[in-house]
Amino acid sequence: MKRKISLTVNGKSRAEEVEPRLLLIHYLREVAGLTGPHIGCETSTCGACTVLLDGKAVKSCAMFTVQVDGRQITTIEGLAANGKLDLMQEAFWNEHALQCGFCTPGMILTAKQLLADNPNPTEAEIRKGLEGNVCRCTGYQHIVNAVKAAAAKAGA
Amino acid sequence: MATTTKTETLVGKKIRRREDPRLITGTATYVDDVKMPGMHHACIVRSTHAAARIKKVNIKPAEERPGVVVVFTGADVKDVGSVPCVAQLPGLRQPHHHVLAQDRVYYVGHPIAVVVATDRYIAADAADAVEVEYDVLPAVADPEKALAPGAPPVHPQWPDNVAFTFHQEGGNIEQAFKEAEVVVKQRITSQRLIPMAMETRGVVADWHAAEKSLTLYSSSQAPHLLRSLLSNIFGIAENRLRVIAPEVGGGFGSKIDVYAEDMLMTFVSQRINKPVKWIESRRENFLGTIHGRGHVDYYELAAKRDGTMLGLKLKIIQDLGAYMQLLTPAIPTLSVLMMPGLYKFKHISADIVGAFTNCFPTDAYRGAGRPEATHGIERMVDILAAELKMDPAELRMKNFPAPDEFPFPTATGLAYDSGDYALPLRTAMETVEYSKLRTEQQQARKSGKLMGIGMSAYGEICAFGPTPATPTGGWESASVKIEPSGKVTVMTGASPHGQGEETTFAQIAADELGVDIDDVIVLHGDTLLVQYGIGTFGSRGTAIGGTALYYALQELKDKIKKYGATLLGSEQVTLVGGGCVDERSGKSVSFAKIAAEAYRPMKLPPGADPGLVATKFWEPPNFTFPFGSHIVITDIDPETGQVSIRRYVAVDDCGKLINPLLVAGQVHGGVAQGLGQALWEEAVYDDNGQLVSGELTDYAVPRAHMMPWIEASHTVTPSPVNPLGVKGVGEAGTIGCTPAVVNSVVDALAHLGVRHLDMPLSPQKIWNVIQGARS
Repeated sequence: MKRKISLTVNGKSRAEEVEPRLLLIHYLREVAGLTGPHIGCETSTCGACTVLLDGKAVKSCAMFTVQVDGRQITTIEGLAANGKLDLMQEAFWNEHALQCGFCTPGMILTAKQLLADNPNPTEAEIRKGLEGNVCRCTGYQHIVNAVKAAAAKAGA
Repeated sequence: MATTTKTETLVGKKIRRREDPRLITGTATYVDDVKMPGMHHACIVRSTHAAARIKKVNIKPAEERPGVVVVFTGADVKDVGSVPCVAQLPGLRQPHHHVLAQDRVYYVGHPIAVVVATDRYIAADAADAVEVEYDVLPAVADPEKALAPGAPPVHPQWPDNVAFTFHQEGGNIEQAFKEAEVVVKQRITSQRLIPMAMETRGVVADWHAAEKSLTLYSSSQAPHLLRSLLSNIFGIAENRLRVIAPEVGGGFGSKIDVYAEDMLMTFVSQRINKPVKWIESRRENFLGTIHGRGHVDYYELAAKRDGTMLGLKLKIIQDLGAYMQLLTPAIPTLSVLMMPGLYKFKHISADIVGAFTNCFPTDAYRGAGRPEATHGIERMVDILAAELKMDPAELRMKNFPAPDEFPFPTATGLAYDSGDYALPLRTAMETVEYSKLRTEQQQARKSGKLMGIGMSAYGEICAFGPTPATPTGGWESASVKIEPSGKVTVMTGASPHGQGEETTFAQIAADELGVDIDDVIVLHGDTLLVQYGIGTFGSRGTAIGGTALYYALQELKDKIKKYGATLLGSEQVTLVGGGCVDERSGKSVSFAKIAAEAYRPMKLPPGADPGLVATKFWEPPNFTFPFGSHIVITDIDPETGQVSIRRYVAVDDCGKLINPLLVAGQVHGGVAQGLGQALWEEAVYDDNGQLVSGELTDYAVPRAHMMPWIEASHTVTPSPVNPLGVKGVGEAGTIGCTPAVVNSVVDALAHLGVRHLDMPLSPQKIWNVIQGARS
């Protein structure tokens, strides 16, 4: 039995009828047609599916679409405003904080949340803040550099 | 739009990557992002037992579900060929590897049926509805247990579970052990690991019956190889078979293989005449994508009392799993080639026993055979140092070949290309202030603290490789097209999956042609677009693919000079900033003008054809041999057994660096996977062949807070094997890491009588050792 919901995805409001069991990640990828949020584990352990829900980073593989009725979702596609990259996207690019890129959208959104909570994190705080997001390529060092660089730029 | 030219060189500089804009905006296309009209979805029913006869498969409950199109079982695919293995060894026992189990399953996760439906959820529900009745058989999941008398046979036709044996000797090993004043022996394991690329595998197959053509998207490191093998298996003409490796989310070796699912989706699409997609779940990725390592090694090292190393004996028991994947049996032979490490052994003897187990096959995972060998020899050197009461660094230095001994012939038949092996070790020792640390360690021990200093001096065999040594083919290809507007398109056969070749290859092309890097694009991964190629693995992308590109560019430069000379009416011109200059007259012609004229040849140079396109296939004359030293300082909590890494210093020599930013990324990522093996990761099968660490929830890959800061630097010894002087760096971090970490932890516990510990060095394992020593 499908349920009616309405939500906002990257600033656009949408009205949908969805199966109650439809995972948010599948809604975003299969219904809303997005390619940024990725499926890496389906057990909420890797963070590749991370999106912002009302500004807070959540793992969209561990939520049902019906749970976000009336709420706002931001995916990586929603970050660059008018073609201008977000500070964190730019920092990831400058610092070579990605290789295969599969974890990157989730990692960037988690990093944004991290800086929103703590604008001047230490290295240990950055590492702790990113522990829910797995990257298999970079060894995290350049990601730490990117978050530091974004923090410095935001504070400048 | 005119082409800009420049004189600033880019090779050797930190250039941010050209592939990143699509990746940081979420607009890249991975396999799961591919959608086609009429596309169906497949879900695979897998065995829940490691060894069993299949009594009955009831697909009816699945077929009856709305939205299910068809269900195939073993009987449907019995005439489809075997999942391919291209590595051959004399006497290799190779079971036919059906894409769906026939009457028997051989490992947990073995595909039994495939459900095809109009929707992913429907396919998954229907797969759950398939009923399989098993007659469960005893299984064996440990290679040494598999080789013991009375073990359950994995394949009934080969009751000893031996897939092959292999022997190699160099020098006179008996003589070496006769002359020895000291012999040290140790059993050393390299545990099974899960490669765990962030993107699981996935396939979209699209068969067009009218044209007898297939387009196959697959998350692959070697799309042309996949095309050739599929063409052969299915009898689809190779020029009607297009394989696309779109954005590939990491591989680490695990995506070189052709898998049952590549074949199965081809089969399904041919049967339903519609596109079909299969995306591997993480659980399936753990159960059904190749694993790495899986060694039990027995070492004996013969030496003189002054530390001179004489001979090395090695017996490898390789856990192969139940089948041969693409390169499975070849991997331990690489361990044999690498067994002397960086040391001047004149005498070696090696034996491999390849053991069948009821597990998924092992194959190439980051380092592929070399990490096992390096871990072994570097542990043995530390064990010898402890036996001789020598400093481990001094013992290493004593046995390195000197820089003027290259090319250095090894007892395993290799010729190491170039090296100054003491240099990175000395550099790392200076960085950590080695002798001061040893004094600090003495003090720490007195106060009951556990502090370790561990090192590795590793070598690698990279740039795979000369074709005789590389079952997939060892050359690589590049094409360069200079368009009439002067824009440059590079097509590389070395299809990357995160390495950044779109950037490094553009740097090489921009420098050689003297054009702006923004005028260069690098294409890869599509067999319709790109000339035949081999792929990216074995740290070969830049050393071989980059060299093929270099030579293609030289051909174009010769042509540009010919055109330039004709346009200027000169005898001789030089290339400056992409254009040509007649130095006597001072006249010049721009790159853009030459490019345009090459396609409008009103004044054709003598003997020249129009156009500016070159393709080069390059076969390397030798491997390259990167090397380096890692030093790791650890502190161990005596109450919990927890290892913390105080400093991690990596000094790597990968020859010349094309882009230091990307090289650093490779080193960091490599070290992370090495640390994963040293401290946390292990694919654990229980005695029944159940994969206990079968999900990311139970398998400890390194996370940000687990990683130390890596202090990475380089020494630069150019390789003479290729004109770029590069050696390769993709696997260095992983290879150098594990022995340095384990040596450090053993060093911290040495005064408690500890001589060796096997990975992973879990707190529990270390706590038990400390408790044992105290009691």
